[in-house]
Amino acid sequence: MRKSLLALAAGLLLAGSVSAASAADKLKVGFVYLGPIGDLGWTYQHDLGRQALVKELGDKIETTYLENVPEGPDAERSIEQLVRAGNKLIFTTSFGYMDPTLKVAKKYPNVHFEHATGYKRNPNMSTYSAKWYQGRYIQGLIAAKMSKSGVLGYIGSFPIPEVVSGINATILAAQTINPNIKVKIIWANTWFDPGKEADAAKALIDQGADVIMQHTDSPAPMQIASERGKLAFGQDSEMIKFGPKTQLTSILDTWGPYYIERVKAELAGTWKSEDTWGGLDSHMFTMAPYTNMPDDVKKMAEDAQAAITAGKLHPFKCPIVGQDGKPVECKGGDHLDDGQILGMNFYVKGIDDKLPGK
Amino acid sequence: MELVEAIILAVLAASTPLLIAATGELVAERSGVLNLGVEGMMIVGAACGFAGAWLTGSILIGALLGILAGTLMSLVFALMALGLAVNQVATGLALTILGVGLSGLIGAGFVGERITPAVHLAIPGLTNVPLIGRVLFGENGFVYFSIALIVAVWWFLYRTRAGLILRACGDNHVSAHALGYPVLRIRTFAVMFGGACAGLAGAYLPLAYTPFFIPGMTAGRGWIALALVVFSSWRPGRLVVGAYLFGAVTILQLHAQGWGVGIPSQFMSALPYLATVIVLVLLSRARTGGSTAPAALGTVFVPDR
Repeated sequence: MRKSLLALAAGLLLAGSVSAASAADKLKVGFVYLGPIGDLGWTYQHDLGRQALVKELGDKIETTYLENVPEGPDAERSIEQLVRAGNKLIFTTSFGYMDPTLKVAKKYPNVHFEHATGYKRNPNMSTYSAKWYQGRYIQGLIAAKMSKSGVLGYIGSFPIPEVVSGINATILAAQTINPNIKVKIIWANTWFDPGKEADAAKALIDQGADVIMQHTDSPAPMQIASERGKLAFGQDSEMIKFGPKTQLTSILDTWGPYYIERVKAELAGTWKSEDTWGGLDSHMFTMAPYTNMPDDVKKMAEDAQAAITAGKLHPFKCPIVGQDGKPVECKGGDHLDDGQILGMNFYVKGIDDKLPGK
Repeated sequence: MELVEAIILAVLAASTPLLIAATGELVAERSGVLNLGVEGMMIVGAACGFAGAWLTGSILIGALLGILAGTLMSLVFALMALGLAVNQVATGLALTILGVGLSGLIGAGFVGERITPAVHLAIPGLTNVPLIGRVLFGENGFVYFSIALIVAVWWFLYRTRAGLILRACGDNHVSAHALGYPVLRIRTFAVMFGGACAGLAGAYLPLAYTPFFIPGMTAGRGWIALALVVFSSWRPGRLVVGAYLFGAVTILQLHAQGWGVGIPSQFMSALPYLATVIVLVLLSRARTGGSTAPAALGTVFVPDR
């Protein structure tokens, strides 16, 4: 309710700015954000992408964003609002906007839509996401090298394939360094609750974990790890400010190049519906500088990053053995195929925990 | 041993904001006012508290600013719901919406900054006692204050004449008015106390719990505080039980997940709510029976002059 009110307010502002600029005849590009742009994580990184876009093509385009737009049916109104305000290319930046985006896309065939992290497409609706599991693999290598206790702590949000594939990639990498490595997993069942994330980090550390990794959005776990003199990885965004002696690296979402590419295509009239799933090679995300580790670990991480970027190393290289001890079917030749990774709903061998709902 | 101590410390840290906010709301509701704006007052308290501490470097000034901000927010509520006799539920919800927006505005300049959190008490010899040392003698000021606060509120409500009058306003405002008590003035003070507590509870989050400010960082704690007041059947003693029980189950379910007990995490996350509701309902059944809600709770009162 509060979010829709904010969106409404933003919409009113938007309506005000539209009339002023219509004379300039620029391409209008709209963005729908889940959180506030000050969330220091997911939405913040999308807005950095938008800013990069403005910097590059600011003379040809005009951007508008709506922040704090709740997922679900409410989102439909916000997206439609952007259409009515004359936006010709609209990026909707959260999984939960999938159905609302599709609905609006079908209603307005002449407007182009781009939906992040979803799987439903239309002739005028593309999808885009990043292969974050590649970054998780590198983090797993570093974690196994840096952990003295041999226990990693992992804070999950929800047991969805994106998060599960991240956990598996982490442990598969860690096992190549230390076959007996353990990972303790706590599901926060929220994307964002700094207090609860901090409590989860405390619980993991109290149970012996000395490297903390998170798939939730706030810098609270990083801060707890820093307070307790442990190590941690950031999430989505640069979090070193919250743990100057703690952050090993962080997966940084870098949407800018993609946004620029797609808007250029729109300007050239060559835009078409596509499914983009970019890895390290596509610069859809990068790794924050490798810090707080010895040079040999840093070199190992950089080598792994180079190998993954060059396509020489695949995190889900076969054979992959499930928790039941049986190898997983290898649909992608010598590694799991994209569909298997996108729909991952099992833990690999070496994780003692049970996947919720299995 | 060390793990038990660590768990108790985490429980205290998680329960304290709930206890402070719920204590304030309990007093407001005992006077007959239902203020659903706790979440909004808390988040503004968080933003102002952090801003104050960051600008001055003093946690105390931050906490005081949080209290002030919460009180000002509650005055907006008092003006509408008591002064103009607007529906309390609608006003409270509006206050939350206002608070969330306002806190984002106030806090925008402080996102990403960090402060040194509130210091913990350290008494040589006592704080190092195993198991209980850090729990009893090694906490931050907020924790001790929250306990003193609920004791003081209990004493006020049940052992002072002023407390009796406040409860009378909550149970039957017409009679209280007929006896010559200034119902609206008493309720305004109760609402202000509720706002001050919510502001302090909000300020606790960036000043002691997770020392940074991010919009929306209260993450629904105001609503939990509201629910605790109802399930404690408006009694301070049960409120303490409820708040610590909720915190304890929250922390224990995280630990249980870390140990890998194999219960679905979705169920574990629901457990604090379930356990708190069940225990408090059992508690209130065991005693008097029947509803103990202030009889005039949430009803509008316009004095006939």
